[in-house]
Amino acid sequence: MTGGAAWDRPALEALLATALGLVDTGEAEAIFTSRDAALTRFANSRIHQNVAEHDATLRMRVMRDGRTGVATTNRLDADGLRELVGRANEICLRATANPDSSPLADPLAATYPEGLGYAEATAHADPTMRASGARSVIAAGAPAGLEVSGAFSTEASTLAIANSHGLWNSHAATQSKLLTVMIGGGGASGYAQASGSDVRTIDATAVGEEAAEKASRGVDAIGLEPGEYPVVLEEYAVAALLEYLSAMGFSALAVDEGRSFMELGQQIMGENVTIWDDGLDPRGMPAAIDFEGVPKQRVDLITDGVACAVVHDTATAVRAGTTSTGHGHPAPNVWGPTAWNLFMAPGSRSKDSMLAGIERGIWVTRFHYVNIVHAKRGILTGMTKDGTFLIEDGRIVRPIRNLRFTQSIPEAFSRIEGIGSETRLVAPEYSGIFARVPALQIGRFAFTGATSNEGAA
Amino acid sequence: MKELIELALDAADQAGAEYADIRIVERETESLAVKNGVLGSASTDRTAGFGVRVLLNGAWGFAGSAQLERAEVTQITREAVAIARASSMVQREPIVLDGTPAVVGSYHTPYLEDPMTVSIDDKLKILLEADAAMGRVAGVKVRQGQIESARERKTFASSEGAHLEQELVEAGGGIEVSAASASEMQQRSYPASLGGQHVTGGFEAIRALDLPGHGQRIAEEAVALLDAPDCPSGDMTVIIDSSQMALQVHESCGHPIELDRVLGMEASFAGTSFLTLDKLGALQYGSELVNIDADATIPGGLGTFGFDDEGVPAQNVPIVSAGLFVGYLTNRETAPIIGRQSMGSSRASGWNVIPIIRMTNVNLRPGAAGSLEDLIADTANGLFLSTNHSWSIDDRRLNFQFGTQIAWLIRNGRLTQMVKNPIYTGITPEFWGRCDAICGPQEWQLWGVPNCGKGEPMQTHRVGHGAAPARFHEVRVGVGQ
Repeated sequence: MTGGAAWDRPALEALLATALGLVDTGEAEAIFTSRDAALTRFANSRIHQNVAEHDATLRMRVMRDGRTGVATTNRLDADGLRELVGRANEICLRATANPDSSPLADPLAATYPEGLGYAEATAHADPTMRASGARSVIAAGAPAGLEVSGAFSTEASTLAIANSHGLWNSHAATQSKLLTVMIGGGGASGYAQASGSDVRTIDATAVGEEAAEKASRGVDAIGLEPGEYPVVLEEYAVAALLEYLSAMGFSALAVDEGRSFMELGQQIMGENVTIWDDGLDPRGMPAAIDFEGVPKQRVDLITDGVACAVVHDTATAVRAGTTSTGHGHPAPNVWGPTAWNLFMAPGSRSKDSMLAGIERGIWVTRFHYVNIVHAKRGILTGMTKDGTFLIEDGRIVRPIRNLRFTQSIPEAFSRIEGIGSETRLVAPEYSGIFARVPALQIGRFAFTGATSNEGAA
Repeated sequence: MKELIELALDAADQAGAEYADIRIVERETESLAVKNGVLGSASTDRTAGFGVRVLLNGAWGFAGSAQLERAEVTQITREAVAIARASSMVQREPIVLDGTPAVVGSYHTPYLEDPMTVSIDDKLKILLEADAAMGRVAGVKVRQGQIESARERKTFASSEGAHLEQELVEAGGGIEVSAASASEMQQRSYPASLGGQHVTGGFEAIRALDLPGHGQRIAEEAVALLDAPDCPSGDMTVIIDSSQMALQVHESCGHPIELDRVLGMEASFAGTSFLTLDKLGALQYGSELVNIDADATIPGGLGTFGFDDEGVPAQNVPIVSAGLFVGYLTNRETAPIIGRQSMGSSRASGWNVIPIIRMTNVNLRPGAAGSLEDLIADTANGLFLSTNHSWSIDDRRLNFQFGTQIAWLIRNGRLTQMVKNPIYTGITPEFWGRCDAICGPQEWQLWGVPNCGKGEPMQTHRVGHGAAPARFHEVRVGVGQ
């Protein structure tokens, strides 16, 4: 283990101080990131890929006379640091001045509970533990003859940032995630996932049983005409929508550039919708600081359906005359801040009671390959996946083939008729955005296409 | 380096591995981005490391590290062996590799002008001139441009005796502009979206794009789109430009022909494929005009190389011949399952990850419909769609939906009204079956897609697609409006 494991606090302080000390004039920032990650992947009920990686990188930002140069390396010995600073200096020398360039963050110490988002059990998870988890999941699918696939990952990472203004902040974190897709006869499939900082909270058998139960109910799916239907969206589906709401519009830059659906101060969703970002809440996947070293702040994005605020990095904060909320990527960049740690307020309904209120509608387990159609209108498209069912007279009556939705999410979130009383932490598929969300009952949701039965097993 | 390679392969052998390989990779990139007239970001990145892959008891183990030192190579090889032992805890049949002969050789991307040594001043001049051209148009909200360069040096060696040295050189660039009103936002890009055009080759490819020469046009189009009518809804004849055809090939052909996906190995991430083994040589994938190949040998492609990351020489293989589905992308593990030898599409995005089946350059061959102008003139009524905006496809690669940045109505063989927010959708083999014309070689262009995601942990890789504009009849457009 040579990524982050080799770098304790004194070693990190020395590394960043050495790097900053090599910059003789101007301002500078040093960002250390390390990653010791492993992933055990299974398919067709066997482990087919099993990997580990160890890396540590240093990113230097040098600023002089309005010009900025950036360089990164993963060679962290003395020669590597000299070469790194030399490249950053060279870029800075040749760059043109940018009067709006991101300033260095001011020194503000991050305060967070010791060990927030870090578990030794995750950091020291070994391949035998992950293989055992995979075996438990596969065993859960065996009685129904399901083909089981999935991935079990564990990761330890460290982010440490220092700058010439005197800022020094760091945060070590761990992540674990187990997911599975089970496929049965006729292409019926089921899905489940669990994630958390502490791998000991993941119950592999429970994950397997949840997916197996869903796959077993998916046999003999029928086609359903596209159209607008009432829906119950499970937490996995809701989290995907929040992930893309964040990508489309929760950033100050997206609002500045006129591409966000967020009309600040306006009622843009139903009064029963409250969404916020909080990197320090241990019920999410905590991150104490951002990539500019700024401590994370809670940001109330949508309260009772009103667009209240967006997240900032130092660049957008300066332009807006405010302070960074701790949501910056490494600066400078052209894409702006990101809300990574999302929460949606629960309601009071059980999933059974949501189901009971629907005469004819659709139950959606999760969405697949969601993408942005029109960011300013909040329109997304995507497919249902791994458990789509027809609801009639308050009951799930049979599985249906996957449907494509094309829907404005702010509009859909203005028609929420029920919000689950329980929330679930859902890990993202593609982005780094985690969301703890409830299930939702929505009065109308637009399905614009259906998949074909071609190639069904 | 030779010493480290021998150390890894000897350590794997002593641990009882049936097979082992090591890749040592160094990748340097330089990225410049100009936004609204100023340098938005400028950086050089360098990452180096090695990955060791072992096959033990018929099961895989892999570990990678950034620390290129003797003790670390030994430790990482031991870790790969321990991981392979854990893999064998949950195993069905042992993995058997095909009989690809071990090769000793080298490959270097050909280029005229090394993109890593072109000065920042030269690159900035291009981007700032393009930015100024976009800025001349009133109503523009955001202007962006970027140029990226990369050099990757990698060494591959295996316990079978393969030893390969490669140097891959890449260049990419593009510009984008957006215009916004109170209720609308529209974007235009040149020469394509997703960062523009990307090639293996020299900076001459970026100069040839003439980014400044296209800035004003796309800015004017973005502003005009704000007040354009929405794309009509219904079933129409569509002509799709070559850059969007590249994405169409990528999603509806490139991914479903990955044999690991077909065999269920990607089921837990982006899904499986409708091109199941029984379809090989039997399914009419498209009309007889449709010919698709996977060509890792074609100059300039982002999926062009000398050898894949299992040491298999680059090849050009047919995928669809006169509409018939005839080939998969394979690697040494999966090819024997269909009685073939790997066609060389096993690729890793970096030293830290394993090679998996990836697209090389999956190309729609040109047809006989002449120029784009000829094809439009040959179309009585329809829609001309240009430049990808959004993409989505189901988990078996059947139901797709694409949005493009812009479209024009075609009336009596001429482009007429510009329309905004165009979307088209279809079912893969039905759609390709409705292809009734493909433009000729003069319109054929090889596009680079630098952001193809696959696998867990997800690898973002660089692939290529050649395509010419093509026409399809009875395509559903204007969805969700």
